[in-house]
Amino acid sequence: MTISGNRLSKAVAFLFQRVKASALLQDNRLLASGNEAPVAPRAARMVLPRGRMPHASVILLATLVAIFSLVPLGFIGWVTYDVGWETVKALVFRPRVGELLVNTVLLESITIPLSIALAVTLAWLTERTDIPFARLWAWLAIAPLAVPAFVHSYAWVSLVPGMRGLQSGVFISVIAYYPFLYLPVVAALRRLDPAIEDAAASLGLNPWRVFFRAVLPQLRLAICGGSLLIALHLLSEYGLFVMIRFDTFATAIVDQFQSSYNSPASNMLGGVLVACCLFLLGFEVLVRGNERYARVGSGSPRPADRRRLGWFVVPAMLLPVMLTALTLGVPLVTLGRWLYLGGPDIWRIEVGTAFLQTIVLAVVGGVLATIAAAPMAWLSVRAPGRFQRVLEACHYYVGSLPGVVVALALVTITVRLVLPLYQTFATLLVAYVMLFLPRAMVGLRASIAQAPVELERAAMGLGRTPGQAVRQITMRLAAPGAAASVALAALGITNELTATLMLSPNGVDTLATKFWSLTSEIDYVSAAPYAFMMVVLSLPLTLMLYTQSKRTAGQ
Amino acid sequence: MNIALNRFSGALALAASLLAATALAGSAHAQDEGLVVYNAQHESLGREWIAAFTKETGIKVTMRQGSDMQFANQIIQEGDASPADIFLTENSPAMTLVDGAGLFAPIEKETLDQVPDQYRPADGMWTGIAARTTVFAYDKTKLIEDKLPKSMLDLADPAWKGRWGAAPAGADFQAIVAALLQLKGEQSTADWLKALKENATPYKGNSVAMKAVNAGEVEGAIIYHYYWFGDQAKTGENSKNVGLHYFRNQDPGAFVSVSGGGILKSTQHMKEAQAFLKFLTSKPGQAVLKDGDSYEYAIGKDAPSNDKLTPLADLNAPKVEASTLDSKKVVELMTAAGLI
Repeated sequence: MTISGNRLSKAVAFLFQRVKASALLQDNRLLASGNEAPVAPRAARMVLPRGRMPHASVILLATLVAIFSLVPLGFIGWVTYDVGWETVKALVFRPRVGELLVNTVLLESITIPLSIALAVTLAWLTERTDIPFARLWAWLAIAPLAVPAFVHSYAWVSLVPGMRGLQSGVFISVIAYYPFLYLPVVAALRRLDPAIEDAAASLGLNPWRVFFRAVLPQLRLAICGGSLLIALHLLSEYGLFVMIRFDTFATAIVDQFQSSYNSPASNMLGGVLVACCLFLLGFEVLVRGNERYARVGSGSPRPADRRRLGWFVVPAMLLPVMLTALTLGVPLVTLGRWLYLGGPDIWRIEVGTAFLQTIVLAVVGGVLATIAAAPMAWLSVRAPGRFQRVLEACHYYVGSLPGVVVALALVTITVRLVLPLYQTFATLLVAYVMLFLPRAMVGLRASIAQAPVELERAAMGLGRTPGQAVRQITMRLAAPGAAASVALAALGITNELTATLMLSPNGVDTLATKFWSLTSEIDYVSAAPYAFMMVVLSLPLTLMLYTQSKRTAGQ
Repeated sequence: MNIALNRFSGALALAASLLAATALAGSAHAQDEGLVVYNAQHESLGREWIAAFTKETGIKVTMRQGSDMQFANQIIQEGDASPADIFLTENSPAMTLVDGAGLFAPIEKETLDQVPDQYRPADGMWTGIAARTTVFAYDKTKLIEDKLPKSMLDLADPAWKGRWGAAPAGADFQAIVAALLQLKGEQSTADWLKALKENATPYKGNSVAMKAVNAGEVEGAIIYHYYWFGDQAKTGENSKNVGLHYFRNQDPGAFVSVSGGGILKSTQHMKEAQAFLKFLTSKPGQAVLKDGDSYEYAIGKDAPSNDKLTPLADLNAPKVEASTLDSKKVVELMTAAGLI
């Protein structure tokens, strides 16, 4: 046991090294994958007088957050150790786990390429062609994010009751998640220097070849980042797949939880799921490689030309039109139909209560996650180092864990060790902070990087203490980024289901959990208002995400 | 701490702590508000019952929704510190599990007297509150009377491969398996589960299984009776092609499952908790079953069930000792069969 424990910790340490690299990318993944924004201030960092900045206390804070982040992983390790190798073997190496693994691999390996093809085509159409209403299509392309994945599923199952299994899983996953790829790809496309394409064309390549040999390789970082994000979502998604009867590790863990609470069996499934996550993180690092695509030299690229579509405009228009019908039309029409059928009766007082509770949880959780991410975000921009990179990896890995795994750990730990925290808002919020730390890092890092360190130093030159300088200069400049972080995390919390189901205090219902319990009774009519309110709540956050992504892309 | 307390994040922290304080105060407040019920019964039925109880007594009740075995195991882990005062289930194995851990307080005699002997354990540590019967919901357009399985065990026959469904992850189904285990023993149960894994399509929940039968995906499914009645009473959209086949003949498939209610020994609200169970089993409490839209059987003495249901007495259910159903073994057997 000790030997395999050691091996495990070595493997984990190795992966953290790798994760660190992907972490760098991950923070820009949503807003603008592959953005090299932090590069500029890096030079300034070198001249920073060491010892004058309050590094120690910040490192201490970041370390605390990192230690908290390691709790779920540590817990699974402990359970594994506790039940002994024989039990682990019996619970992990069994046909059921094999089935789930096959399901997961098939789901990932079909969904991701389809999403890439769809997102890149769509991004190219809206950014690089003269397709009519390009701006409208761009907005509509990201709008599906405002519809939680399990609401997509609910809409489709209402419309086509026979939908089930792998094909349906792939179909709905692509529809629900492709914007995670579309966003970074669009951002990357905008930043490309068209001069490279011109050069390729002047060397005799036809437009198709220019695209595949000059454009596509430059999108690689964005595509890898977006794909990883979707891949991790697919691992942790629960509601979407339950609704269409497709078994994954997440659904199987909840089944086990409902049959036996936090048994070793559910924790071992959680362990396999964590292994899948770490595998994906490592795999992405391998695929991404170390190449960098950057413009060197002075000046700035001119905006790219939009290609004339000519007669091709008709088939080209079909894609966004049909996609909008599938991603937005179907959910809105089915929701509208249920709302209409239900009439005013379904707008019970509980809808309002759940709405308020969701908002409070989302805002408090978002703010807390942002505060927890702040020390690390600051460190990673202003004072990077080997130790800091390990800390950073801890921050990121926990966000890639499925909610159900984090919840399972927290349930057991609070009931056994810190009972006063059991079934309280505090525990639920801790889970949210863990799950959405990476999202909080996103906005913070980007905006701290954009706040010039020289201003801090000037302030210190004028007699401010280092703490005051950071407080009065950097934090103010970083405020918009922090707001974006809060919004991003809040969006995640609004749609979170499994951790909320397992951890929420007695009598607390969010929109997601109410929606879920009603759909489980196939009371689609009463569930509709909750779904509708979730969309209402998510929409402004999604729009904010979009504008933020444009701003990061410098437009 | 310097950094964390700068003005900007200071403002954030202030906002956060204000909100958190409100939220925490809210939760502390909620926990002071009367009884905490861990409800594994259907959420809608739980709410109906609680509303009726609060209306009659003025006692506030907070409900937490979950599933039978999840709560049973959770209560055992929580032990004396359990926030729950009352535990309501859909089936009895979960009650047995908690009772076995010695966490229930005895039910008042007056309450027990309202429930016939066969719907509660002899030791009086919990009581039945409702009942449901196993049925084979079948596609009327595909199956006729003489093609229906005579026994639930017939479904293990390879002839049934790919033709039927069940919701194996649910507490309902696990209660049926527990009955099978008690009636036919471990080997037969393991064999039947193996055949189930081979032959049947797994669904998430009884209602989903019934929907699948209605949509022609499978010819039949093992479910409980009231999903059909509930749907018929609403739109009938999910059950218009579905008929119910009662196995009768004391077949394991004719198993009547008792929903239970118990009081946690650790409760700080013993009087109110006793009043709650007394209400559930009383005439007005059981009337919620008769008149509401749950379509579960009322089990109180002289308490009539909904007129539309086949009377309990006509079901010819097998004799099963509800208080000894072995849920742990069932989960083990089902895990071994690869069903969960």
